[in-house]
Amino acid sequence: MTVAADPGADPGVDPKSELSGRGSVGDVVFRGLAVTAASLILVALAAVFIFLGIEGIPGFNVDEQHYAGQGSFMGLVVPLLFATMYAAVLALIIAVPFSVAIALFISHYAPRRIAVPVAYVIDLLAAVPSVVFGLWGAVALGPYLVPAHAWLAKNLAWLPFFDGQPSGNGRTLFTASIVLAVMILPIITSICREVFAQTPRLHEEAALALGATRWEMIRYAVFPYARSGMVSAVMLGLGRALGETMAIAMIASPKVLISLFIVGTNNPQTIAAHIAQGYKESTPDRLSVLIATGLVLFAFTFLVNALARWIVARGRAK
Amino acid sequence: MSIQVKDASIFYGDFKAVEDVSMSIKPKSVTAFIGPSGCGKSTFLRTLNRMHEVIPGAYVEGKIQIAGQDIYGPNVDPVAVRRKVGMVFQRPNPFPTMSIYDNVLAGNKLNSKRIKKPEADAIVEKALRGANLWNEVKDRLGKPGMGLSGGQQQRLCIARAIAVQPEVLLMDEPCSALDPISTAAIEDLIHELKSDYTIVIVTHNMQQAARVSDDTGFFNLKAAGQPGHLVEFNPTKQMFTNPDNPDTEAYISGRFG
Repeated sequence: MTVAADPGADPGVDPKSELSGRGSVGDVVFRGLAVTAASLILVALAAVFIFLGIEGIPGFNVDEQHYAGQGSFMGLVVPLLFATMYAAVLALIIAVPFSVAIALFISHYAPRRIAVPVAYVIDLLAAVPSVVFGLWGAVALGPYLVPAHAWLAKNLAWLPFFDGQPSGNGRTLFTASIVLAVMILPIITSICREVFAQTPRLHEEAALALGATRWEMIRYAVFPYARSGMVSAVMLGLGRALGETMAIAMIASPKVLISLFIVGTNNPQTIAAHIAQGYKESTPDRLSVLIATGLVLFAFTFLVNALARWIVARGRAK
Repeated sequence: MSIQVKDASIFYGDFKAVEDVSMSIKPKSVTAFIGPSGCGKSTFLRTLNRMHEVIPGAYVEGKIQIAGQDIYGPNVDPVAVRRKVGMVFQRPNPFPTMSIYDNVLAGNKLNSKRIKKPEADAIVEKALRGANLWNEVKDRLGKPGMGLSGGQQQRLCIARAIAVQPEVLLMDEPCSALDPISTAAIEDLIHELKSDYTIVIVTHNMQQAARVSDDTGFFNLKAAGQPGHLVEFNPTKQMFTNPDNPDTEAYISGRFG
């Protein structure tokens, strides 16, 4: 829509005057940029998908020696997919309560002069490279958590997660999940904080005027309002956890297996970590197997995101 | 419950919004506050149940007593004050995710109180009847409160406020977002509620103040940037026929300034 094209424009103004002409040029340029940017991202996504397809599909069916001792593609990818999901869910279980609590602290509990710096520090956490997190987990946090591993294996062994011989160096899925949780915490926190802060004052006052305490007000007004936003936040965190490579690759000593046991020496390996550790010493066949697992991860993340959108849309329709 | 206010001043940080208000509000009567926008009448209303404390840095000096008890006393919990002093807002604000039934019960379910189903049903019916809404919604109590018309939503908010059996009901321009028919319904309701509750209402509509209230307080600003103050507080009849203060007369007769 340009001003110059408006038939109702003041007849005294020449529609081809320099002023109106410049406005429409800017409009065309900006529109062009926006359309290009939008198409480019779709093209990039399609290119990635095509690459994964062409390079990966042969990997579904190669000589069985290339499947890391698992015999077939399904034998390899099912444990990997399980581990990917398992590590991501463990990370979410740890990260979500913390994120929601921190977001509430920032939006509803802390005075402004504390809330602003806390929010800033949490956002900074997102800027730490994942290699640094991985290093920290493997070198510092893992050894530090060794007594915790021993305690869990001794006292909570009735849970399948802790039933077994605990690791002596802390380089386990347990440590990796904690590091992963720290890595996805900023994104979940900052989205939750934004939606919490947007709760209409009218709803908050409705609760407070009935004699609600602050926590009751949050339950009555803030959470119902923020529910779909919180689901999006969690799903974005899940998406990041699914694709995260370095933390798991560097911390957990890996093995392709399905096991709920998270504090031992052999840990289920995720797809991303499996690719990162395997692709350098690869033959072409082995490489296409790795790419095929990448294709599975891509499809899986895509499904998770679609599911998230569906949940959010359903929540809104109500 | 009577409300006694002595020398109350209200501050937002360094800014003094309202200055030296003193008044005595009679129990089981309707008291209206009128005055131009920004004169502090809503702010003052909110100090009667400590709702102004929602805004950081807001505080009150002076004394406000409800039924003889200082609501700003050192051991007084604002949450407890708000349970005794209910409030209805300018725009209807039912909880959007709750049904009509749950909206009415929202206040009763606070403080982790458990209510048995027959008791809850009785509370809902009584409150909705009290708010003149029962006949309109009794067949769809499970439907969302947001599905009602604006006037019905406002009556739902009144039902929600009276379901906890407060002693005082504050209304902050309760009809300003409503059409004339809904407004008439609310005004009728105010007349009925007066036999059980002490009602304080802020309104921009002087005819409304004249119609519903027993006493009227006129708030005004001395000048732009100055705090608001209470110009006159008198029985409504006197206020609208023979006010003490010439400013009141000018405002009421439309010759404001």
